[in-house]
Amino acid sequence: MRIASRIRLLAGLLTVGLAAAGCGGATVDTGTSSAQPSTGAGSSAPAAGGTVKIAINPWAGYEASAAVIAHLLEDKLGYTVEKKELAEQVSWEGFENGDVDVIVENWGHEDLKKSFIEEKKVAVEAGSTGNKGVIGWYIPKWMADKYPDITDYKNLNKYADLFKTSESGDKGQLLFGDPSYVSNEEALIKNLKLNYKVVVGGSEAALIESATQAQQQKKPLLFYFWDPHWLFNKVELARVNLPPYTEGCDADPKKVACDYAELDLDKIVSKKFADTGGKAYELVKNFQWTNEHQNAVANDITNNGMSAEEAAKKWVDANPTVWAAWIPK
Amino acid sequence: MTSQAPPAPPVQAIPPTAPRDAVRPPRWVVPAAGIVAVVAAYLAFRGTATLPHDDDAAPFRFVNDVRAWVDANRNQSPVFLFFVNYIRLFVGGLYDAFLLALQAPGWAGLIGIAAALGWLAGGWRIGLLSGLGFISFGVLGLWEASVATLALVLTAVLLSLVIGLPLGIWAGHSPRLRRLLAPVLDVMQIMPTFAYLAPMVLFFQIGPASGAVATLIYSVPPAIRIAALAMEQVSPTAVEASVSLGATRRQTLFKVELPMARATLGLAVNQTIMMALSMVVIAALIAAPGLGSDIIRGLTRANVGLMLPAGIAIVIMAIVLDRMTMSAAARPPYPVTGGKARIGPRLRWAVAAVLVAAGLALGRVLPAEFPEEWVLRFAAPVNEAVNWAKFSWYDVTDAIRNFITEVLLNPLQAVLTGAPWWLVTAVAVAVAWRTGGLRTAAVAAGCLLATALIGLWQHTMETLTTVLVAVVLTLLIGLLLGVAAARSPRFAAVQRPLLDAAQTMPAFVYLLPALALFGATRFTAIFASVIYAVPPVIRLVEDGIRNVSPAAVEAALSCGSTERQLLWKVRLPLARPAIRLAANQGIVMTLAMVVVGGLVGAGGLGYDVVSGFSQRTDFGMGFAAGVATVLLGILLDRITQGADRRPSPRTSDRTTTRKKRIA
Repeated sequence: MRIASRIRLLAGLLTVGLAAAGCGGATVDTGTSSAQPSTGAGSSAPAAGGTVKIAINPWAGYEASAAVIAHLLEDKLGYTVEKKELAEQVSWEGFENGDVDVIVENWGHEDLKKSFIEEKKVAVEAGSTGNKGVIGWYIPKWMADKYPDITDYKNLNKYADLFKTSESGDKGQLLFGDPSYVSNEEALIKNLKLNYKVVVGGSEAALIESATQAQQQKKPLLFYFWDPHWLFNKVELARVNLPPYTEGCDADPKKVACDYAELDLDKIVSKKFADTGGKAYELVKNFQWTNEHQNAVANDITNNGMSAEEAAKKWVDANPTVWAAWIPK
Repeated sequence: MTSQAPPAPPVQAIPPTAPRDAVRPPRWVVPAAGIVAVVAAYLAFRGTATLPHDDDAAPFRFVNDVRAWVDANRNQSPVFLFFVNYIRLFVGGLYDAFLLALQAPGWAGLIGIAAALGWLAGGWRIGLLSGLGFISFGVLGLWEASVATLALVLTAVLLSLVIGLPLGIWAGHSPRLRRLLAPVLDVMQIMPTFAYLAPMVLFFQIGPASGAVATLIYSVPPAIRIAALAMEQVSPTAVEASVSLGATRRQTLFKVELPMARATLGLAVNQTIMMALSMVVIAALIAAPGLGSDIIRGLTRANVGLMLPAGIAIVIMAIVLDRMTMSAAARPPYPVTGGKARIGPRLRWAVAAVLVAAGLALGRVLPAEFPEEWVLRFAAPVNEAVNWAKFSWYDVTDAIRNFITEVLLNPLQAVLTGAPWWLVTAVAVAVAWRTGGLRTAAVAAGCLLATALIGLWQHTMETLTTVLVAVVLTLLIGLLLGVAAARSPRFAAVQRPLLDAAQTMPAFVYLLPALALFGATRFTAIFASVIYAVPPVIRLVEDGIRNVSPAAVEAALSCGSTERQLLWKVRLPLARPAIRLAANQGIVMTLAMVVVGGLVGAGGLGYDVVSGFSQRTDFGMGFAAGVATVLLGILLDRITQGADRRPSPRTSDRTTTRKKRIA
């Protein structure tokens, strides 16, 4: 009985307290949110579009593009930006229920485009980022110098012993990155009959660290990597030539036996954001820059100890002419 | 003469045994012969009847088809339109409500409320602790994220309790329901947390709602189990008395049983919160907001400095919530009358109200966001320290890793994956038979064959290898430290807070030092799982040795045995049940961690689960790998526990030993 009354009392106090606080807080909240558009540069942020939700996929180049867009949205247009750490394919799921508005750097994903853009009609393309993306297999340059024929995939088996590690056992190691990255590695090894084993490093950082060590300590390394990336300015790498890409050779993911295509990296936004996003959508659509720009920001984030926000601010301050063209009139 | 008649029966009874005794080979012969036979069979049949992994196995394709169907019918099928989608909306709405309620008082107001609740629950100590704890979220620069995490935890915990407590109370009264629930709860607890995520996304899409449901699945079993236990522990005499006085069942439940079970029910709430907190991090992978997001970010960037503040914030939140619930449950149910009560109830509420009001008033004066200048940033020095450690210890860490990998992991893996499947199964069955009897053997055979049927034999063997190596290391370290703690109270006193902290950390945080020191390899996962699983093992071993009956120790001492003899001949053998339980706990925890290790190169089932979650084409494989992990978990659990000697009490053992004690 007394317990029940105590619990009731506690609950009562809680609700009263929260309600009282709720009233107080709500006015503060409404105060700030109504003040923001009037003081901010953007005069009329759309009612639904006060917040832009950007998916953050796990690699530095993506983070750089997202950081610059987010900075401009917040600083120049007065929006709030919510960043969500998500794997590539998971981000697409967010278009459906409105948890994600923008993917700022999409690598191909034709199957997802078909499903979410054509069939479900919950997402739309928002144009190129201006970055050209290539995935490939790389080795440190000293290896290409020492073993000139190693860059042809047909000779990889001959050198498999060099790449053995405690993880790959009696096969050569092909180091892979984050489990969520676009990948044909298993199929390529199987279909090209390579005596290699995919060893998953787990992250972009693991790839970068291994590549840096491979150069400094002249250790053999074969790894999955991609361009644009700042690493190419720091570590000399050579690409291994797989059978050249031809239209449609990667249609069946289990039967791929060709190199990755050069991709025009593009932005994808949710249908709802495209319809109601107003100026924020315009900015995302207009965003376009070069690999050098992205590498500069990504390099600041990864190597110069800056947060993504700081690096974006630095780039925005230094390149007003580039982003001025993105700001909607 | 007279004795001739009585001994006759024994004499007659002896013949059947006596000759057998005479010929009976020494004890080690049978196992040794078994081992020789297995080795011979392995050498003879190595490489035959292996079941190599195929990414495109039929079971995976089947699950992929199911997935495609769900995906296509999410907005058409009535199951979704009228059921699943409503759950999502409801849970999402609940989360939003909590978030709004927590954000409304502003940061200073919430700190005041936290302090007031702490004060009400356990006096000024807890009040101070929870006030300081909440301030630290801001100081770590994570106020917003912490509030989001708290909202998610509260949502999941509220739902867990609403579902779990009634079900648990019912199960406490109905042994049949309890038997029915036990295997389901087992599966829910052994299922790797990752494995829920992909189906969650499929049904509830990403976002806080599916994060809360995933957390709920993980945190509801302890609520049910401990609530059932609480009901069982209510003294039957009291219930009897109540019934005989003419109370209705309802009255008995609410007036007698629930009040008497109050402390244990408090433990159920406490455990549910702790489980929810450890799952919340993983839920960040499906866009559940909060601190988990920072940890994931640090993990994918291999940036320890980014992860550490979030890890600390979660630990602090766990400590605050733990102390608050534990002291609330420990308060005497009825106000103490007489001189002992120092503070009257009226004064208590007044103090609480003052704290809340002070917080709210401060909130008016102070800026709306936690002041930037109070935030302590230490990512850069942490990263420097990590880099220093990484480079200066590289030779040592590299040597350790390669030694364990080459000497233990690779050979064992080669044996397990190279041996014919029937041989591995036969060995597992033999071991299970020895430890647990016929039923355990049948379970073992069933589990192993099922992993083969769903197309994951090879990866199951790879994971088994990692788990076995990790368990051996865990037990070695756990026994050493546990024995040391049992023998030296001072050592135990130093060790205890470390163990407390270790048990409160979310599993993910352990990957961080491991990743920094050892890179992304299987050994990293082993290292992380050893840190994760060692604390409970140490505790169980310590308790087991401490609780050896003093009479036995006295007897041994009076017979003149030395300290060493006392340990080896008396304490350790008598503590065997506790050590066995420790091994069991170690295995289950190691398995959970090895799967999380899939994220950092552990391979095997863990990687399948991770990849199934992040790559659509691997969805089927990931799902199957989740099932295979459960099968492996059940297999190892039953073998170490012995199915026959553990009816329902065992479940209570587990839930209570899993309890994260924070001193």
